[in-house]
Amino acid sequence: MTEQKTHAIDMSSIANASQSNNEVTDTCIKIDNLNLHYGEKQALFNVNMEMPRKKVTAYIGPSGCGKSTLLRSINRMNDLVDSARIDGKILLDGEDIYDKAVNVADLRRRVGMVFQKPNPFPKSIYENVAYGLRIQGVNDRRTLDETVEKSLRGAALWDEVKDRLQDNALGMSGGQQQRLVIARAIAIEPEVMLLDEPASALDPISTLKIEELIHELKEKYTIVIVTHNMQQAARVSDYTAFMYMGELIEFGATNDLFTNPTKKQTEDYITGRYG
Amino acid sequence: MMIKEWFKSGSPWVWLNAAAVSTSIILVVGLLLLVAVRGLGHFWPADVIEYNYIEGDKKSVVVGELVDTSVMSAKMAKESGYKLKDNADTLVQHLIKTGNRDISGMDFRWIQQQNIQSESHPDEMVAIERREWGNFYGRLVSVKENGKVIATGEAAWPVVQQRIEQALEIFEEIEYLQKKEIGAINHQLERLRLKQKSLELKGEWSTEAQESQSLKKAELDKEYKGYEEQLDVLYKQIRRDSLVAKESTGTELEIPLESVVHVIRPNSMNVFTKILQYFVKFGEFVSEDPREANTEGGIFPAIFGTVMMVMLMAVIVTPFGVIAAVYLREYAKQGFTTRLIRIAVNNLAGVPSIVYGVFGLGFFVYILGGNIDELFFPESAPAPVFGTPGLLWASLTLALLTLPVVIVSTEEGLSRVPKSIREGSLALGATKVETLWRTVLPMASPAMMTGLILAVARAAGEVAPLMLVGVVKLAPTLPLDGNFPFLHLDRKFMHLGFHIYDVGFQSPNVEAARPLVYATSLLLVMVIIGLNMFAISIRNNLREKFRALEGM
Repeated sequence: MTEQKTHAIDMSSIANASQSNNEVTDTCIKIDNLNLHYGEKQALFNVNMEMPRKKVTAYIGPSGCGKSTLLRSINRMNDLVDSARIDGKILLDGEDIYDKAVNVADLRRRVGMVFQKPNPFPKSIYENVAYGLRIQGVNDRRTLDETVEKSLRGAALWDEVKDRLQDNALGMSGGQQQRLVIARAIAIEPEVMLLDEPASALDPISTLKIEELIHELKEKYTIVIVTHNMQQAARVSDYTAFMYMGELIEFGATNDLFTNPTKKQTEDYITGRYG
Repeated sequence: MMIKEWFKSGSPWVWLNAAAVSTSIILVVGLLLLVAVRGLGHFWPADVIEYNYIEGDKKSVVVGELVDTSVMSAKMAKESGYKLKDNADTLVQHLIKTGNRDISGMDFRWIQQQNIQSESHPDEMVAIERREWGNFYGRLVSVKENGKVIATGEAAWPVVQQRIEQALEIFEEIEYLQKKEIGAINHQLERLRLKQKSLELKGEWSTEAQESQSLKKAELDKEYKGYEEQLDVLYKQIRRDSLVAKESTGTELEIPLESVVHVIRPNSMNVFTKILQYFVKFGEFVSEDPREANTEGGIFPAIFGTVMMVMLMAVIVTPFGVIAAVYLREYAKQGFTTRLIRIAVNNLAGVPSIVYGVFGLGFFVYILGGNIDELFFPESAPAPVFGTPGLLWASLTLALLTLPVVIVSTEEGLSRVPKSIREGSLALGATKVETLWRTVLPMASPAMMTGLILAVARAAGEVAPLMLVGVVKLAPTLPLDGNFPFLHLDRKFMHLGFHIYDVGFQSPNVEAARPLVYATSLLLVMVIIGLNMFAISIRNNLREKFRALEGM
């Protein structure tokens, strides 16, 4: 009950914020003139966007429009693609993450990511959650125990798995695995969480759980979510960006974008005329 | 029409497949069965048969074990000059192991069935396995102690058994003293000599050094004298007793118990004692040193050498191959060069093994080994240490030979690790190396083990290159012993594969060696199976642990 209440308050405050457009919001991620090429093919065209802190920003758009690419630029996952070439800037707390001085591993520690398909490691549930900490050299048993419990609670998974922490994570259901992956990401306490269609491989009940979880998570993290389910975007996000053919068509508060889109393309898409 | 339907239904194809599979299975099982039967039959204590034999008008007695029987058609036999009885349509010949090589000059003899007047299995026939001259078959006459007869006739039998046991115990003691204790002293003396020489070379051969050296030497000499005295006593004890046996022709022979391994009366043994004897013999085969140009005794050094060499090879090839594969798959920029390297690696697997042998001899032994000798072992010149074929070079050569297999299967395993797992790890702030070590390599480890299994199977069966880089017919010492530095990588070693070749084709006594060829082959197969089972069990364990690959 209380959760829903706070949620309601949240929504109204955003509505207020977006109505009074002049109000300054605390920007967490600023994307500045971003262009991205895969070899000869350009995938992103001049994207400019400012994502506020501790809010949920959703990227919507038809398949292949570049929303995942944009998302993966924020924690430099595109670096793994040999042919990818980026120009423009992405500022995280005012610092360019594509600066030469930036340590990519550090960046990814600050910007966690959850993928479309659950990808737990073939290890125990416990070790999956502790993975990020172990990478950082934390081996103290008690710290690990505490963090694992806290993270699993944070991902609303603790009650389901507390008796079988040493079991292989691959024995869990898809929805549990996805929440485990979220627990794994929040165990290292990032600032930003990138969710790449986190519920698209899940059944409706698991999807609902993930969505509830996103509501809780945004109290602590800035969340960017890619989805091609518009209802989901409307349900979970505070801000929505509509992308088409590698271009950011429209970006604004979710309520505005869905009820009163300024661009014809956006309207066509959300009313289901193409996509 | 019917035929056409039948072809369309696909069942001929299924039959063809099934036929191919069953043929392979039959071949493998048949091969193993043949080798097993021929090889394992050798250890069974066969009856000693006494034949009354007539050749022309010359009567004789032939005593021995029946080894083989051949049947020839009468026509062929006549053409080859055999005389047959008029009504016979076949010529049956038996191969008899008559032993007694010191008297008759041969172990084996063919006799014709038609000339056998009678055969019997006298209970009192003894088969004596000796350390030299092969087996003896005949009748026990008496037992002597210090040249004096202490028992004769039937009473001699229990005495012989008791005395033999004593003699064997003493023999073991002598062996131990000679091999372990005196071997160790010789080893230390050799090290002293080398130390002296190296000091001389460096110009540090001072009077103090000389003194301490001669002190140590005197100590060792004293120790050696002590052992020698012990040995003298033991030799005296073991040479005290002897037995006298009568051969079929009536010749009596005195055999010192020192040179006897077993005395049995196979004709009077029941099935259980025979089984017991069988296992004793088999145990000796796998645990003892060879005798008489490898045609008698055991093959333990060969088993040991094979296993040792394969393990050393595995230890070398696994890290090497895995590291190479990781670079090729994970770090190298994929393109023309990596494709070229992959093709080269694959072709390397097809190079005949003897070529590797030649390379090993030319590069490892002469260039590498020669330089190591010059740099690190100048004191032992002109005798080479590493500049001569040995265990290390053999293992290295085989590691090179099996490297492609490990690289290819490791690469395969790496490429099967899902991208999502790597990304998951990287997204948690792991660097590429951390991702590799913590996630990718463990997940690829079953594939590495597969590569290792293939490598072991290939290496254990390889003979040709080993002949050039370290395997010998008879190695006096094992590559692993109690003398510092315990693992002697420079030593030459024996190998089951080469042993088969040596016993089968280089042996002066073909008939005696033949069953050993089968038995050794069986053991080689068993060793390979054993090594593989070990590796496979590890792999299955790993698979169980990282079975994510199937889930994604």
